[in-house]
Amino acid sequence: MEKRLFIKGNEALAVGAVKAGCRYYFGYPITPQNDIPEYLSRHLAKVEGCFIQAESEVASINMLLGASAAGARAMTSSSSPGISLMQEGISYLAGSELPAVIVNITRSGPGLGGISASQGDYFQATRGGGHGDYRTIVLAPHSVQEMHDLALLAFDLADKYRNPVVILGDAVLGQMQETMIDRAYHPMELPAKDWTLTGAAGRRPHLIKSLYLKEGEMERHNWKLFEKYQQMKKEEVRYETSQEEDVDLMVAAFGTAARVSKSAIRMARHEGLQVGLFRPITLFPFPEQALRQISQRVKRFLSIEMNTGQMVEDVKLSVAGDANVHFYGHPPGSPPIPEELLEAIKKVY
Amino acid sequence: MKQVFRRPQSLKDVPFHFCPGCNHGTIHRLVAETIDHFNLRERTIGVAGVGCSVFVYEYFDLDVAEAPHGRAPAVATGLKRVLRDRIIFTYQGDGDLASIGMSEIVHTANRGENITVIFVNNTVYGMTGGQMAPTTLLGQQTTTSPYGRDFLQDGYPIRMAEMLATLEGTSFSARVALNTSANLMKAKKAVRRAFEMQTNDMGFSFVEFLSSCPTNWGLNPIKANERVEKELIPYFPLGIFKERKGTDYL
Repeated sequence: MEKRLFIKGNEALAVGAVKAGCRYYFGYPITPQNDIPEYLSRHLAKVEGCFIQAESEVASINMLLGASAAGARAMTSSSSPGISLMQEGISYLAGSELPAVIVNITRSGPGLGGISASQGDYFQATRGGGHGDYRTIVLAPHSVQEMHDLALLAFDLADKYRNPVVILGDAVLGQMQETMIDRAYHPMELPAKDWTLTGAAGRRPHLIKSLYLKEGEMERHNWKLFEKYQQMKKEEVRYETSQEEDVDLMVAAFGTAARVSKSAIRMARHEGLQVGLFRPITLFPFPEQALRQISQRVKRFLSIEMNTGQMVEDVKLSVAGDANVHFYGHPPGSPPIPEELLEAIKKVY
Repeated sequence: MKQVFRRPQSLKDVPFHFCPGCNHGTIHRLVAETIDHFNLRERTIGVAGVGCSVFVYEYFDLDVAEAPHGRAPAVATGLKRVLRDRIIFTYQGDGDLASIGMSEIVHTANRGENITVIFVNNTVYGMTGGQMAPTTLLGQQTTTSPYGRDFLQDGYPIRMAEMLATLEGTSFSARVALNTSANLMKAKKAVRRAFEMQTNDMGFSFVEFLSSCPTNWGLNPIKANERVEKELIPYFPLGIFKERKGTDYL
């Protein structure tokens, strides 16, 4: 029988990473994600892996680039300001087509902000974040179990697409303890890594690069990346939605906001309001088609976010005028409580 | 007939794009000869910095990763930690290594990361058009120090080889030049020593080349070579600043 653990979200993620074969971790301390490097500094040594506390987030992401170029499963984690510092490296990883897992246990901003949970990094995560026309796959857990499960998935997707994958958690998901089933890892069937740098023994040299200067090269490279993002949109969309047929108002929320929304929706249903939940698990690729279909029968949406309005733009684009899209924002400080969200639901119901 | 001279196997048979009188081609050759000498070609991986040095993958017949500006030592760290039996070197200019990449180079040396760094100091940003570098000499005119570098405004030129020699993790740190045959032979020896340190797991090794940049110095190759002797060497003395013996270590 699978073991059950009572464990913090950050540690659940680290357990998943080791299980997925991640053997290299590079990171710099920042609250509220320190449980991840602390756990991995203890455990990677036991599996012949390597943990480096880097001198900065800038160094961390580039060590990750090197380890990935060598063919290893590797990761870094940080929190919002640290992820900002990594954007250059993430752009290079995307441009060089290197797999990497980057965990953002968000805190609030802008600037030094605070250490409370926030969803203010939605745009940064889903729009690439760094320079150039690229995307990262963005996975949004809403429970400790998902922190673990999506870590397993992240390493597979990174290898499948040779692309960085971001796990977008937050301070609440990282710090809360819940029961987690210690599920076995069943890897996807993945293409052989025949592009890694190992020394050109008996073969032509391999290059890992993102510089393209010859006429037409850069354009071709951008279209090649585009094709990859289109494939992600076809094959990797993940979401959870209520099964009820009678939905009058669909709440759209991810991560901690979705978690609190679930309680608010239960309360609303108890009062006879026909409210449903649509929870994107992949923020990129965003579940556009699924939302579009729902908008053929549900005419009111409410995007609930722990920011002043970011995902709501994607919800609006997805339903393309077929439904009214409302927004309720609770910017960081403390997370919203169910009673508050119930009021927000009643206001637009 | 016995062949006494040929292109190193670690270099591809393509012409260099470097300007006339630039020392990059010679430095590439010295590194390639060293890799051949120790028979390391099939297990060496290069990491290119940004600037004129980025094209090492066009010339070296080796696996190469391109690093963001200044980050080559961090990329090399990631590679080396995964592939401990491979030889990893970075090839970086002075803007890359001593300005934007100062943090990465210092901490990589301090960790005693078992890699070799080839540092090309020509006192300017070459590829971007001759702007002031952290190694630009006092009084030197560049496109961004048109009145000459003034320490009151820009501080002093940084001596990297001496600085890195102070760190415990550094096994070898030397500064060499290519302006005379004698200096070139010493440079060749230093590069060999640096790679030898790595093959012996002795930790971080570093060779700083004083290199000429006739294009951005506004001099012809001969005058540029003279400037290395007259202006660069007096401020950036040649020599070995640290050389760890096996008995100092472990």
